[in-house]
Amino acid sequence: MAHAVNYSQSWLTRPFTERSTLTFLGVLLGAVALVTFLNLAMPQDSALHVSTYTVTLMGKYLCYALLAVAVDLVWGYLGILSLGHGAFFALGGYAMGMYLMRQIGDRGVYGNPDLPDFMVFLNWQELPWYWSGFDMAWFAFIMVLLAPGILAFVFGYLAFRSRVTGVYLSIITQALTFALMLAFFRNEMGFGGNNGLTDFMDILGFDLRTDGARLGLFIASGIALALGYIICRAIVGSKLGRVSVACRDAEARTRFIGYRVERVQLFVFVVSAMLAGVAGALYVPQVGIINPSEFSPLFSIEVVVWVALGGRATLYGAVIGALIVNYAKTVFTGVMPDAWLFALGALFVLVTVFLPKGIAGLFANLGKKKKADSPANSGTEQEAAA
Amino acid sequence: MNLMTELTRRDRVFDFLAPTQSPVDVRHGPILYLEGVSVSFDGFKAINNLNLTIDDGELRCIIGPNGAGKTTMMDIITGKTTPDEGSVWFGSRHNLLTMNEPEIATLGIGRKFQKPTVFEALTVFENLELSMAADKRVLPSLRSRLAGEHYDRIDEVLAIIGLKALETRQAGILSHGQKQWLEIGMLLMQKPRLLLVDEPVAGMTEQEMERTAELLTGLAGKQSVVVVEHDMGFVRSIARNVTVLHQGSVLAEGSMDQVSADPEVIKVYLGEDD
Repeated sequence: MAHAVNYSQSWLTRPFTERSTLTFLGVLLGAVALVTFLNLAMPQDSALHVSTYTVTLMGKYLCYALLAVAVDLVWGYLGILSLGHGAFFALGGYAMGMYLMRQIGDRGVYGNPDLPDFMVFLNWQELPWYWSGFDMAWFAFIMVLLAPGILAFVFGYLAFRSRVTGVYLSIITQALTFALMLAFFRNEMGFGGNNGLTDFMDILGFDLRTDGARLGLFIASGIALALGYIICRAIVGSKLGRVSVACRDAEARTRFIGYRVERVQLFVFVVSAMLAGVAGALYVPQVGIINPSEFSPLFSIEVVVWVALGGRATLYGAVIGALIVNYAKTVFTGVMPDAWLFALGALFVLVTVFLPKGIAGLFANLGKKKKADSPANSGTEQEAAA
Repeated sequence: MNLMTELTRRDRVFDFLAPTQSPVDVRHGPILYLEGVSVSFDGFKAINNLNLTIDDGELRCIIGPNGAGKTTMMDIITGKTTPDEGSVWFGSRHNLLTMNEPEIATLGIGRKFQKPTVFEALTVFENLELSMAADKRVLPSLRSRLAGEHYDRIDEVLAIIGLKALETRQAGILSHGQKQWLEIGMLLMQKPRLLLVDEPVAGMTEQEMERTAELLTGLAGKQSVVVVEHDMGFVRSIARNVTVLHQGSVLAEGSMDQVSADPEVIKVYLGEDD
């Protein structure tokens, strides 16, 4: 009998043998290539031209989609409902923001070659120690991974070791992001207080305000989403992924057959936090600002809504959910700004009631129906032939 | 040099110096040996001077009215409960009272709880895959690839528990009886020396009971099996040796016919025997 998974395949190459993964990657990279083409090759006045504004908007959506994939990895496959993934997203964003601030150099309003404007404004004499190194791109990019990773490791180590799970863990993650938001609001923290970090100019020597840099960031976001998706597929397709599902459904039993549940949880949680950090880092140069509102509990809950709408434990569902909800948000807040939260609430209720497995569940159902139909059809044909 | 290493090998000098992870020693017959075990909870003696010996490869049924101490006895063997006094030996080398639950499990004592718990979202095959004896740390699990011998081992167990045809189905859709068999299969994947099975046929249909009886009797010989059960008909169909527990100690021991003719047992069960 044929298994759905190839258990003998290496975990790194397994995603490339899965039809759903290849389809997803094909659609994603195809769409990125198409948008790039329509932006570059079509004349400005053509109906098919995609403006740079739209390209940046799409890049933002792709970052949100990567964040949603990270949340789905821990929620869908590990059963940990994190209501604080915005914190990891924002930390990645701040790491990138610090790099971008240092890139401004002496072109700021105050013309100070070392200190960012907000520090000059606060009468600071020298750069705080934790800002050192962020003038180097490689260091900042490592911190994009390390800062959320270390926070997730410390937080996860303490929480999972004490076997905090379920709703209690969700509440603590919520408290975590709220605490960070309050901390980052303080000017003394040295992260720009409630204004955050902004007025960015260059990234890796490219002027951020040019169309080329914006298109480049969009493409980078698409590639990051593709890589993040492959990493998540590699994990969930491996035996570790099945152990995660086992932890989700029967934690005590998993422990009983010899797995260290808290270590599995910690590993997957840290990977997920790092992916969220990358998403945040690519998001910041595209929107041009990072401030403590990214830490707000509401944002983290919204991410969970995207995943729930798209469909848990599918990964591609998270992407679909993030894209649809954010597109709807852009449209709605343009037309009726006050109605958006009501619309989001209504959408959430409708999907929960009528599509408990989300939009991805709808696809899966259609696929199953097709499969169920075809043998039945061939059966009747055979009967007819007989 | 060789002589020196030979002379300094600790296990060659005194038996008790040997590393405790050595294989289970059953040369002297019994695989499980409980002597003078007592445990009380808040003054209530759940187990009272219990003596019990299980031979290697034996299939033993343990029966007794509610509160006779059957589950507490299982808890003591698996390390969940520590007795107030007495000794519990696995083979003639392993003192179970000095070991914790995971150590006892890796030593080869598998326990099946009353309520079946399988991983419902995973397939039957995957349930067995996860239970297989392997390096269970995080990164080895991530890199794990099944080789031919792993497939063979899983197929072997699938054949024993009779779920070969359902291997790619999700465990959640199995019937109650099939889940029980799958869970026994998950225990078998770890190649246990001793299986403790708690009320395996509770809630099963007549046919499922028959299959379970076949399964358990088939297992005996290769490993020792201890079954705790209420259902007398089922016990009669599988048991060669029966131990009756009553108020925490052994009331009678012997074949089913001997035991059910015992006047003491009849008094305790008073019509519960069909």
